[in-house]
Amino acid sequence: MDALDQLVKTFFDWEAMAAVLPNMIMVGLPNTLILAVSSGVLGCILGMVLAVMGTSRITALRWLSRIYTDIFRGVPAIVVILLIGIGLGPVVRELTGSTNPFPLGILALTLMASAYIGEIFRSGIQSVEKGQLEASRALGFSYGDSMRLVVIPQGIRRVLPALVNQFISLIKDSSLIYLLGLLASQREIFRIGNDAAANTGNLSPLIAAAFMYLILTVPLTHLVNYIDNRLRTGRPEKRQPDDAAALIGKGAQP
Amino acid sequence: MSEFASGSLTGKNLHLSFGSNHVLRGIDLHVEKGTTASVIGPSGSGKSTLLRVMNRLIEPDQGDILLDGRSVLKDNPDELRQRIGMVFQQFNLFPHKTVVDNVSLALRKLRKLPAEQARAEALEQLDLVGLKHKADARPANLSGGQQQRVAIARALAMKPEVMFFDEATSALDPELVKGVLALMADLAKGGMTMVVVTHEMGFSRNVSDTVTFMDGGVVVESGPPEQIFTNPRTERLQGFLADVL
Repeated sequence: MDALDQLVKTFFDWEAMAAVLPNMIMVGLPNTLILAVSSGVLGCILGMVLAVMGTSRITALRWLSRIYTDIFRGVPAIVVILLIGIGLGPVVRELTGSTNPFPLGILALTLMASAYIGEIFRSGIQSVEKGQLEASRALGFSYGDSMRLVVIPQGIRRVLPALVNQFISLIKDSSLIYLLGLLASQREIFRIGNDAAANTGNLSPLIAAAFMYLILTVPLTHLVNYIDNRLRTGRPEKRQPDDAAALIGKGAQP
Repeated sequence: MSEFASGSLTGKNLHLSFGSNHVLRGIDLHVEKGTTASVIGPSGSGKSTLLRVMNRLIEPDQGDILLDGRSVLKDNPDELRQRIGMVFQQFNLFPHKTVVDNVSLALRKLRKLPAEQARAEALEQLDLVGLKHKADARPANLSGGQQQRVAIARALAMKPEVMFFDEATSALDPELVKGVLALMADLAKGGMTMVVVTHEMGFSRNVSDTVTFMDGGVVVESGPPEQIFTNPRTERLQGFLADVL
């Protein structure tokens, strides 16, 4: 039983968790959200630029988008974060006098997220039937207006689930920013858990961090399912009388 | 007397190739103001491509296009297309917009009408095609025939001088074809200049003023419907009519 006690103590030391929780919620959570939301928003903007370039009729633009995507999708996140965060750090310090690692961390996350988001948007845009662009052009809209008003709005709708998945992955990747060295007030969820674990020699604070991530990501995965369902049926999830009947076997009758 | 501010349309010696595939090999087509020209022929003969070249969705390699007697090849193609309405086989309504927004979109964004006025005009057009009561529905909730009538209203809302119909009834269930054809016949009667690519020989015969038979990227024969249908001169047209009638 000693071994079991030992395990429980290592992972589920409630006191150690409770000790770290206030800091995690007051400091870690906002910082994680700042990193994930800002790189998510910027990643969507840059991703849309990449997608429009990737579906452009101009070959050079398509290539540029292709090369960018290949690079930032192909290199591990940790490498990009270190190269951007540490490599550009002195330049930023020189220009702005700031040593805050957040802007460069957000930049690194944005660069990577945009490569994925760009591909998501591109697949959405390309899934829209050719007739939509043709009909819009036939009405007299320019190519740009047609993309903006007709093709892209439809394309985005179709890839909303994939987009939310990408945001979940950003929340998790934001933990890598700890590599850039964070002041106490700059720490995000993982770093706070990790510091506490290192100080106490107990992993329970990391379990607490894991729970914090789950509280953020699990609702999002369910949001994906909800959106997905709504996109397929074109209406809010609502049980039809037949669905309810199916559960008790009536639906099986012809 | 015409309900529409329609114009004449002429295609002269139009050529188009996709790589080594010579799709249009010197097409001449003239449609008098307020008349209906139907274009018939086997699939792959270049009929649909001809429509897309005449409104410059595809630029011709050679030849000229005249709207009301004036060449439009040097005009801004987007402005040319505002003057030519087009209706497609697959309707191509915008599924993310309501029926009335489909019709009013170009009025708002291209004609720059205020939202209420654009909506009012769109409702008027929908009324003309008998679908005002579906204004706030989504295209997906309409039958094929209703969708195609909305597509016609969408094209008419821009007050085009010419209307193109690209096999507008080919994707419809048989019982829905009649309503759309009747609407097209009404437009023709109302004095709209129309180019109708169709497999509906009855419509071609009864409604159009001229019939053009295309095959292999050339106009094989053209003339008034009586001549084309009762007295075809070329073997190719005789063969085609024997196959479809």
